[in-house]
Amino acid sequence: MATDDARGIVRDGLWTNNPGLVQLLGLCPLLAVSASVVNALTLGLATMLVLLASNVTVSLIRHAVRPEVRIAVFVLIIASFVTTVELVMNAWFHELYLVLGIFIPLIVTNCAILGRAEAFASRNGPAAAALDGLMMGLGFCLVLVALGAMRELLGHGTLLRQAHFLVGDWGRALELRILPFEDGLLLALLPPGAFIGLGLLLALKNVIDGWLERRRTRIAGEHAPVAVGSRLRP
Amino acid sequence: MNETRATIRAVLIAGGLLLAFALAGVGMVALTYEQTLERIAENRRLTMLRQLQTVIPPGIYDNRPDQDTLMVRDPTLLGSAGPLTVYRARLDGEPTAAILTVVAPDGYSGNISLLVGVFSDGRLSGVRVISHQETPGLGDAIERERSTWISGFDNRSLEDPPRDGWRVRRDGGEFDHITGATITSRAVIKAVRNALLYFEQHRDTLLDIEAGTSTETSPAKDDGEETEGAARSGD
Repeated sequence: MATDDARGIVRDGLWTNNPGLVQLLGLCPLLAVSASVVNALTLGLATMLVLLASNVTVSLIRHAVRPEVRIAVFVLIIASFVTTVELVMNAWFHELYLVLGIFIPLIVTNCAILGRAEAFASRNGPAAAALDGLMMGLGFCLVLVALGAMRELLGHGTLLRQAHFLVGDWGRALELRILPFEDGLLLALLPPGAFIGLGLLLALKNVIDGWLERRRTRIAGEHAPVAVGSRLRP
Repeated sequence: MNETRATIRAVLIAGGLLLAFALAGVGMVALTYEQTLERIAENRRLTMLRQLQTVIPPGIYDNRPDQDTLMVRDPTLLGSAGPLTVYRARLDGEPTAAILTVVAPDGYSGNISLLVGVFSDGRLSGVRVISHQETPGLGDAIERERSTWISGFDNRSLEDPPRDGWRVRRDGGEFDHITGATITSRAVIKAVRNALLYFEQHRDTLLDIEAGTSTETSPAKDDGEETEGAARSGD
């Protein structure tokens, strides 16, 4: 795996092909558990773990699996990993398991995972697949955490409340009170707040992309005065 | 003929592959299940015990309330058609409190399950929500993690406030309601009041049976009407 390839995979997962912001996959858990940073982070990490494991496994067996049954095999692999993660969370992070409930088994239905298995892992070597899984998972996790931070901040005025569910008792000290209210904007905590928040994140990404594009053409223009001015993407 | 054989061969290989992966997946899950089984059971037990500990103060029992139980049934006062568990707290064998699991059937969205701890003298030792589907940000303020509202029941009894006062202020009672969640507040207050009425009617059964004899008792009175003028027991 060349360095350029690796850089491309990283950029794809975190930005240009981010599962949450560009592919818009896995919206069900994304919207449902992003009411707080800790919930978002936990589900994000669990998804990342499953994505990494399934990508590597799919990549390792990619020559053995016949095309007719590949989707069924991928689903089997993903479901096995998700169930394992669910059991492990139930055993070692019981409080979080109780909070996240149904959304852990629902990781199976996150299209981002099957999508990566089919689109990337089944066509690339294990190292590239592992990096892809890690970066796609991280990209998804970051979007979840950003959305969770927005909603928790507006809804409760805090960040990282209930962190002790994730890291044990010392986590209580991690809760940051940023805004001086307990009952903030209720809308942010309700499902519509998740949609609006995700919409704002999408808009922000597009604004940044537009700005980067403009800057790139300007720099290109300065270095090559005769270049034809490229049309900006809206 | 050759084509058919090739097809059959392909199907068999595909099926074999599926089978192999299914077996590998089941194997992995089974192994994890074996490894986590004990811990998960222990977690469940501890979660139950911790929930019980939130409704009774530490000094008043030396038994294991989660193992000293009784099943009761009273659809009218306890809010559930099925049997519900009552846990007993004892100090030196003497019953000091009963913890009732009750259901508030008239929440804003579905049932609210509550733990209601009652001291032997009829005062509430504490109330906590076990599960609910109330609106996040509004009705979920009944959780102790989110607001102190539920602690407003501590040490209350059917004498304090008087029975007529067991409703929200808006309805002429003595309890605050949760902002934006009056229906939820009403449901919880009513369920706690009914639990106290049930305790009053079945106090001896709830407190006096010997430890370890978990038996299904049919309450003496099953109508359990909310009789406003019921004789008040002197505290």
